[in-house]
Amino acid sequence: MKVAVLKGGRSLERGVSLRSGARVEDALERLGHEVLPIDVGADLVKRLVAERPDVAFVAMHGVGGEDGTVQELLEILGIPFTGPNAAACARCMDKVQAKDAIELAGLPTPHWFAFNQTAFREFGAADALGRLEETLGFPLVVKPSRGGSSLGVRFARSAGEVPQALVSAFSYDDRVLLERFVDGRELAVSVLGDEPLPVVEAILLEGDRYDFEARYEIGRTRFACPAELSAEEERAVTEAALGTYRALGCTGFARIDVILGDEGPWLLEANAIPGLTDTSLLPQAAEAAGLSFEQLVEKILDLALKPAAA
Amino acid sequence: MAEVPEPTHRRRSHAGTRDLERYAGLFAERTSVMRSSAMRDLMAITARPEVISLAGGLPDTSTFPPQSFAAQMTRIAQESAAKALQYGPTEGFEETKDCILEVMGAEGMLPDPDDIIVTTGGQQAIDLVCKTLIDPGDVVICEAPTYPGAIPTLCSYQADVVQVECDEDGMQVEALEQLLADLRGEGRRPKFIYSVPSFQNPAGVTMSLERRRRLVELARDQELLVVEDNPYGLLRYGGEPMPPLYQLDGGDFVIYLGTFSKILSPGIRLGWAVAPPPVMEKIVLGKQAADLCTSTLTQYFVREYFAERRWRRYVDDLVEIYRKRRDTMVEALRANFPAEATWTEPEGGLFIWATLPDYIDTSDLLAKALRADVAFVPGQAAYVDGRGSHSMRLNFSGVNEDEIREGVRRIGKVIAEQVDLYGALTGEQQLPEPREESAPNVVPFRKAGEA
Repeated sequence: MKVAVLKGGRSLERGVSLRSGARVEDALERLGHEVLPIDVGADLVKRLVAERPDVAFVAMHGVGGEDGTVQELLEILGIPFTGPNAAACARCMDKVQAKDAIELAGLPTPHWFAFNQTAFREFGAADALGRLEETLGFPLVVKPSRGGSSLGVRFARSAGEVPQALVSAFSYDDRVLLERFVDGRELAVSVLGDEPLPVVEAILLEGDRYDFEARYEIGRTRFACPAELSAEEERAVTEAALGTYRALGCTGFARIDVILGDEGPWLLEANAIPGLTDTSLLPQAAEAAGLSFEQLVEKILDLALKPAAA
Repeated sequence: MAEVPEPTHRRRSHAGTRDLERYAGLFAERTSVMRSSAMRDLMAITARPEVISLAGGLPDTSTFPPQSFAAQMTRIAQESAAKALQYGPTEGFEETKDCILEVMGAEGMLPDPDDIIVTTGGQQAIDLVCKTLIDPGDVVICEAPTYPGAIPTLCSYQADVVQVECDEDGMQVEALEQLLADLRGEGRRPKFIYSVPSFQNPAGVTMSLERRRRLVELARDQELLVVEDNPYGLLRYGGEPMPPLYQLDGGDFVIYLGTFSKILSPGIRLGWAVAPPPVMEKIVLGKQAADLCTSTLTQYFVREYFAERRWRRYVDDLVEIYRKRRDTMVEALRANFPAEATWTEPEGGLFIWATLPDYIDTSDLLAKALRADVAFVPGQAAYVDGRGSHSMRLNFSGVNEDEIREGVRRIGKVIAEQVDLYGALTGEQQLPEPREESAPNVVPFRKAGEA
């Protein structure tokens, strides 16, 4: 089969995407497929039309590749592709939209407020901040609505820290959300097709738990897979994640990030195209379920080609 | 003719090298400190062609006359092909050392040729010094901010890096004295003090004569080694030449690192270290283990180039070009950066260090700047402890004056947006006013002793 691997692009997560893409290409070759690597740029449509791949493996992260843009093009060109469809990608990418959908589905997500820059620049939204802080309490988390990894995510421990955190978050997107901080274990549930994979737990080994960078650095965070959970905890977490996956309209795969607090699981966000590098969580979860990376890639391709059978 | 088999793969032919888990258990402890970070990923996309990069540290090699390059390489091919293609001595050729003596002589230094080793760029000189002196956990002192390229080297030898603040007169040697006393109290002795005293990378500042004298004195009194990294000493655009630490000390307690990268070409990868004989002996063994010898071909190139006796003129040409670029950048900063920003006005070298209001994080700003197709180095890259997040390093040597103007304009625009936003968020109107020419913000560091 001729498989186009879409990777790179112009997003801030270009580096991770190139690593994901390269690893997928290796696996596809080992599986005997004809691989067409494409570093996504202005000639994308031209190349896809000329090369006519049977399927596209989307290994892109961040704006452009994970937000439905590339998926929309593939839908127009009639090329089957891996991962969620354009609409689901757009919902997952935008944390505000995602949280709306999660809440609508009756699932718990930490209380939040969203703002765009115009609100602050033109409508004096700063005057409303005091009220929000009363509702959300401290510390609170400030995030760009669209953005991947830890980029632009900041904790504010007091009202005085909010403006600076907002300036950081607004560097990545015109819309940001302020979210109540929920304490608990950090879990990720990858879903493949309609099946949840074993839960992964991120355990911070050193440093400040408010330091988001640490989570993405080898050596500062350890990942336990499967996470040590009671049967009841595991059921609650998995069900909440599956509910989120469905609420967002995901197909193929996605990774749902969950905080397990004393009161139960809190849904934070969904990643439509989770990383596929050698340190990423989806491949780890697949391995814990007995799937090698090749088997994972093959399964993802199958799901792209036979979505109904999934 | 024998059949050459067709390569079967674009990349490796064996499977699975990306599967980290197969190798992770084999990694040395020191690799755990070689961290990758989101910022590094950001830096990777500064290479896009449409981006004006003020992030690099590149000298301008476009002015080197191609005819001269061709003539030298031809002469080498015709007269010394066999030797130039052969291994050479680990310490480097005597003729290369003669060229080094000329360069060091131009700054008033006269080392013994036996104390010199030719290295594969100045970076290898740093690596070899670390390899020779650092055991895991040893204290190494450097400036705050320090050369970003030294940090991965120091970390990979598992040094405990302690940084001493700089101001416009370079490393605060008074603070260093206090630190040394504190360390002594803990029974610790630093293995060396790393400094770029002239036109420092990244801060652009130059250590005052008084501090140079005091630093050398301290080194003598306490028998400490100072590693003086001086890649830019000859690239002075104003002010009076300053004696290198090596000259003040005479080479007992100062290890000197030099390079041809900024006065000739970084592509030839030629640098050097000068050290007292017992240290040099170990450095030579380290060099032997690392790569046997520095490229003989490029050593021949340098020898031929210096024989033309015009290397000083070429440096003078570079000085003229870079002086204009520095002036252009300073002018552009005045016109485009907000009133609360400060920056250095270096008397030489390749870099300006700009510091923004403390509510602006320059790593986040870089993400915004990249969307505007311009790049710089976020200040955090020059610290081991996450500080520097409000500063940035700007390079003015690697791009032309139009690009400098446009690049700084773009950065100024994204900063103005953040200043404006912060003003709206805090209710303080901090709208950026165009700066008056009479109010240059050139003091980025607190003077020692000031409140």
